[in-house]
Amino acid sequence: MITLTTDPIDVTAALQYLQSEQAGALDLFLGVVRDNTQDRPVDRLEYEAYDRMAISEMQKIADQAHERWPILRYAIIHRKGVLGTGEIAVLIGVATAHRADAFEACRYIIDTIKQTVPIWKKEVFTDGEVWVNAHP
Amino acid sequence: MNTPVSVLLFGITRDLTGQSALSVPVGEGARVCDLLDQLYQAYPPLAGIKSLLVAVNGEYAETDQVLGSKDEIALIPPVSGG
Repeated sequence: MITLTTDPIDVTAALQYLQSEQAGALDLFLGVVRDNTQDRPVDRLEYEAYDRMAISEMQKIADQAHERWPILRYAIIHRKGVLGTGEIAVLIGVATAHRADAFEACRYIIDTIKQTVPIWKKEVFTDGEVWVNAHP
Repeated sequence: MNTPVSVLLFGITRDLTGQSALSVPVGEGARVCDLLDQLYQAYPPLAGIKSLLVAVNGEYAETDQVLGSKDEIALIPPVSGG
């Protein structure tokens, strides 16, 4: 399951989707908006995406993970729009028979998403704003 | 003979140009690198971005890929999902 959404991420629904009779391990990674960046207080994050390509790049990553690990089910949900501190920006869920595969696949998916998927976030501070990673 | 191509802009590239889409008149047989050269000339602040990739029809493109007037082209500044 791959979703790009402006709605809050429903962790319980994702967990239910991931559960199966064969899954002995279920890894869930949540990326959450924290209240500071390098000690600068963050007011909110603004996420945007090139939707069609974000979906297709996330699908590529899921397909690669499928080839490398025996994944039973996966969920990739990324949020768009304005998010306040404490809100979940991304959920990666991987269900496998054994835990090592679930840990590794989950980490691979989130790490690769951060490198290749056309989604951008702007950090908005009380005294300014910054597109993350944009400048050298 | 210039054909305009349409370029989608996101994130910092939209902020710097003040537009979410641009029509750029490129020459016949123009490549991704030619388009980038033109954009850097028209919008010098783009040079301050750490990296600028181009997507053609939803796929990352090499710099020598030739552009067509029907292609969906997008500028991809450094991504920051997650």
